[in-house]
Amino acid sequence: MIEAEYVAPSNLGELFKSIEGRAERVKFVAGCTNVLPDLRAQNPAPMLLVDLTGIEELRRIEENNGVISIGSLATMTELAASEIIRTHGPILASAARALGNPLTRNRATIGGNIADASPAADTAPPLLALEATIHTEGASHAKREIPVEEFFIGPNQTVLNQGELITRITFPIPKDPSASSHIKFGLRNAMAISVVSVAVVLEMQGNLCHRARIALGSVAPKPIRAYLTEKELEGRKITEEVLESCAEVVKKEISPITDIRASAQYREHVTGVLLKRALWQAAREGENSTNGNI
Amino acid sequence: MATYKLELKLNGEKLSAQVLAHENLLSVMRNKLGAKEVKNGCNKGDCGACAVLLDGKAVNACLTLALQANGKEVTTVKGIGTEDQPHPLQESFVRHGAIQCGFCTPGMIVSSKALLDTIPNPDRRQIREGISGNLCRCTGYNKIVEAIEDAALKRKS
Repeated sequence: MIEAEYVAPSNLGELFKSIEGRAERVKFVAGCTNVLPDLRAQNPAPMLLVDLTGIEELRRIEENNGVISIGSLATMTELAASEIIRTHGPILASAARALGNPLTRNRATIGGNIADASPAADTAPPLLALEATIHTEGASHAKREIPVEEFFIGPNQTVLNQGELITRITFPIPKDPSASSHIKFGLRNAMAISVVSVAVVLEMQGNLCHRARIALGSVAPKPIRAYLTEKELEGRKITEEVLESCAEVVKKEISPITDIRASAQYREHVTGVLLKRALWQAAREGENSTNGNI
Repeated sequence: MATYKLELKLNGEKLSAQVLAHENLLSVMRNKLGAKEVKNGCNKGDCGACAVLLDGKAVNACLTLALQANGKEVTTVKGIGTEDQPHPLQESFVRHGAIQCGFCTPGMIVSSKALLDTIPNPDRRQIREGISGNLCRCTGYNKIVEAIEDAALKRKS
C-alpha cells in the first residue's frame, strides 16, 4: 500500500514553503517516466509527491554571454527541437532524440534524467563532454553549483541531498573551432537502453586536436569522463594510429559489467570501436551528430 | 487516505473525480471516468496502448500522474473521430486492415494523430519513428505504416 500526499507549487517560493519541515519525505516528480514504474516496483515509505510541472521558470532554454542554460523541466522533445541546443550543443540534441520513444520524450525531462543517475542516462555523456554544471536549490534557498563529473556517485546515486532540487543545467558554448560527435549504441531503434554511448567535444586546428573532452555511458557504475584517453589524444593529429592507441587506452579506464543487453567483453570491444568512430566523425565532419543504432 | 479533486476535459467534456496522489492517469481514465478505450497493456511505459493526447501532446497515460492532467484537456481515440465521423486515420486503418486484435489501435491512432499534427507528410522512416512507442504483436507494422502514409496523402489531396 502506497501512502502519498501531493502538492503542485507554481513557483520556487511556493515549493520550498510547501516542503518546509517535510524534506525527508519529498519525492520530486515531473515527467514520471522513471518515478511511476519505480513506485510500482517498490514498496515505498510514505511520501510527499511534489509536482514540478507547473513551475514555468524551470522550463526555459536560453543563451547568455556564451553560456547555455537549460531549465530542469525541459523535455527531450524540447531539447531535440531547440535551435539553441541544436546549434551550440548538437550532441545533447542527438542524445535527447535517442531517448525512449516519442511518448516518453514528450514527458522525460533533463533534470529527471540526471537525477535518476542511471549509468546509461542518455543525456549524461553529452553533458559531461560539454563540461556542464548542475545548479540546485535546497531548503532555505541554499544554492549549489555542481560540476557534472562530481554529480554522479554510483548507479542511481548522486550528491543531491533529500529535498534538494535541480533548477537548471548550464554549459559554456565550446570554443571555436570545435567539433563534436555523439553515438548511442543500442540493440534496437527505439526504446533502447544503451549498450555503450559516447560523446566527444574536440577543439581542433586543422587535423590537430588541442583539447579533447570524451565521455562514456553504460561502461562504468556511473557515466564517466575518459581522462586518460583525452590526454592520449591532446596535442596530436587525428590519424588511424592515434585512434588505435586511444581505443586501447580507453579500455583501461572503463569497468563494464555483463547484463541482459551485453557482456562486459563485448562492451569493452564496442567502446573502442565507437570511440574511434566518434573521433573520426568529429574530426572529419565537424559538428555532425548521429545515432549509431544497428 | 488523502484524496484530491481532479478536474479535466475528456474529449471536450468537463469531468471530475476524487483521486489518490500517486494514482496514474490510466487507472483514473479506465476506472473512474469510464474511458475504457484507453488500454492497459503493460502499465509501465513499454507498450503505448494507453497513449492519449494531453493538451495535444501524445503521452503514456500510465506514466502520467492523474493529478498532472488537472485543468488540462485529454483526448483519446474517441475524441479524434466518432463512428459517424471517423478521422481520416481511422478510416485508413480500417481500409488497410491495419487492425487485427485491435488492442494497440487506440494508442496507434493517438500516436499517428500526434505525428501528422507535427509532420503532415511524413516519410516511412518518420512514420516508423512516430509509432516507435507503440507495440503491435499482430500486424508486423507494415499495414499500419501504409495506413498512416495513405491517410496523410488523402488529407493532402
